[in-house]
Amino acid sequence: MVKKISGRIYLTIIFLFLYLPILVLIVLSFNNSKSRVIWGGFTGKWYVSMFQNETIMEAFITTLQITLTASVLATIIGTLAAIGIQAMRRRGKAILLGATNIPLLNADIVTGISMMLLFVRFTKLGFSTVLIAHLTFDIPYVILNVLPKLNQTSKSAYEAALDLGATPLYAFYKIVWPDILPGVLSGFLMAVTMSLDDFSITYFTKGAGVNTLSTMLYTELRKGIKPELYALSTLLFGIALVLLLVMNIGSSRKNEINN
Amino acid sequence: MHRFKRQFLSGPYIIWVIGFVLLPILMILYYGITDSSGSVTLENITAIANPVHLKSLFLSLKMALLCTVICLILSYPVAMILNSLHLKHQSFVVFIFVLPMWMNCMLRVLAWQLLLSNNGIFNTILDTIGLPKLQLLYTPSTVVFGMVYDFLPFMILPIYNAMDRIRTDIIDAARDLGASQLQIFMKIIFPLTISGVLSGIIMVFVPALTSFVISNLLGGGKVLLIGNVIEQEFMQNMDWNMGSGLSIVLMIFVIASMAFMNSHNKDGEGTAVW
Repeated sequence: MVKKISGRIYLTIIFLFLYLPILVLIVLSFNNSKSRVIWGGFTGKWYVSMFQNETIMEAFITTLQITLTASVLATIIGTLAAIGIQAMRRRGKAILLGATNIPLLNADIVTGISMMLLFVRFTKLGFSTVLIAHLTFDIPYVILNVLPKLNQTSKSAYEAALDLGATPLYAFYKIVWPDILPGVLSGFLMAVTMSLDDFSITYFTKGAGVNTLSTMLYTELRKGIKPELYALSTLLFGIALVLLLVMNIGSSRKNEINN
Repeated sequence: MHRFKRQFLSGPYIIWVIGFVLLPILMILYYGITDSSGSVTLENITAIANPVHLKSLFLSLKMALLCTVICLILSYPVAMILNSLHLKHQSFVVFIFVLPMWMNCMLRVLAWQLLLSNNGIFNTILDTIGLPKLQLLYTPSTVVFGMVYDFLPFMILPIYNAMDRIRTDIIDAARDLGASQLQIFMKIIFPLTISGVLSGIIMVFVPALTSFVISNLLGGGKVLLIGNVIEQEFMQNMDWNMGSGLSIVLMIFVIASMAFMNSHNKDGEGTAVW
């Protein structure tokens, strides 16, 4: 019993450690005072001024554009690549999977720098170089999520469909696709997560004037803290909460149906 | 014939890997072993022996190690307690630890700046109860603290996943045969979670070793890690050759730590975080 209670207390402390800073940000975003420690009454004005702040809004839009474009393209290229890799012989497979691991395992700062060195040779740094960089570290997450699902699909069902006269594309769509769809979706979501949170690689591959939320915040935080940033934090936390809840409810529903 | 065609689907990706993964690495190697005039030199790599660089490398190794050990000590009990709760919805656990990760990493740093700064919340509390204010921000410990906060979920999740996979009948059998709690832990639970521990260590140690953002923002420029040195070489001194040389050294350390972990992972299967 004592063990159980002390376990609960320990868990609570860890949760507080993880969520206390976020809670502080949320409370301060409604604080009608620039002070960090005095409660000046409830207000929504920081949210209004956040939406009027051009730096924040521009970075917000750039982040959305890069994240969505990179994740969608990465999902397409990655899924195709996974299908191809699965059909490869042992050796080619090993080499390509090894190369796939490089961006995942290498230090972010080295990945960012190495790409910057390549980009400045051929082009100017800007939106497109950030996009290419994001795609490069997003694709491996898609491949690694799709490949295990592909390995689980039944080969004989697919071959039977071909024998019965289905075109390869039709057989794929009817038999393989439903099986790998969860992997494709989780790969897509991981790509979104990684793109949203990336700082180091964006920092080195972006040109002047292009800012994602991460790089914008990095500059802002060095200048000093503005209350609008609390509002931004709360908003982003809210979005993350809703998205993850929807995903979780969706997946547990599916589990119930399967059971 | 058909097998051959399917392989072509990975064509775009192969081109991508060559163009944007392998070629950039060749570029960094090229810059690392040449000087600004283009002639071959090893100076950029041996520059790590420069006392300033060496000091920041050792500081990085020390902090990364400390951060990894703290994360491990904090995470293992968390994983055990979570596992003993026998939750119906496993994904809920993942959810709670992933949620803070979905907030921008910069904003998490901002939160700690707020809490720890000289006129921040902790110091105000200390002040009102009559205790002297503390210098909480801009010290090496703050940087380690920030790293632990940022990377803790990466340690908890793989260990929890590994623990979750242990079949309860094995533990029941051991108990029936008279094993004590300690024996069960030492002979069953710990060995079976080693692969999770190892992937947790890698996922914490490598980012901690190479980080430069946390040390910049929470260390206030006073804590110079190897990542900060490299960033300065590129962004302020514009010495790309030197920066690349030091990056190669850093890469060697990353590869070495991974090789070390892999050689200790007898299971052979890594534990996915998600």
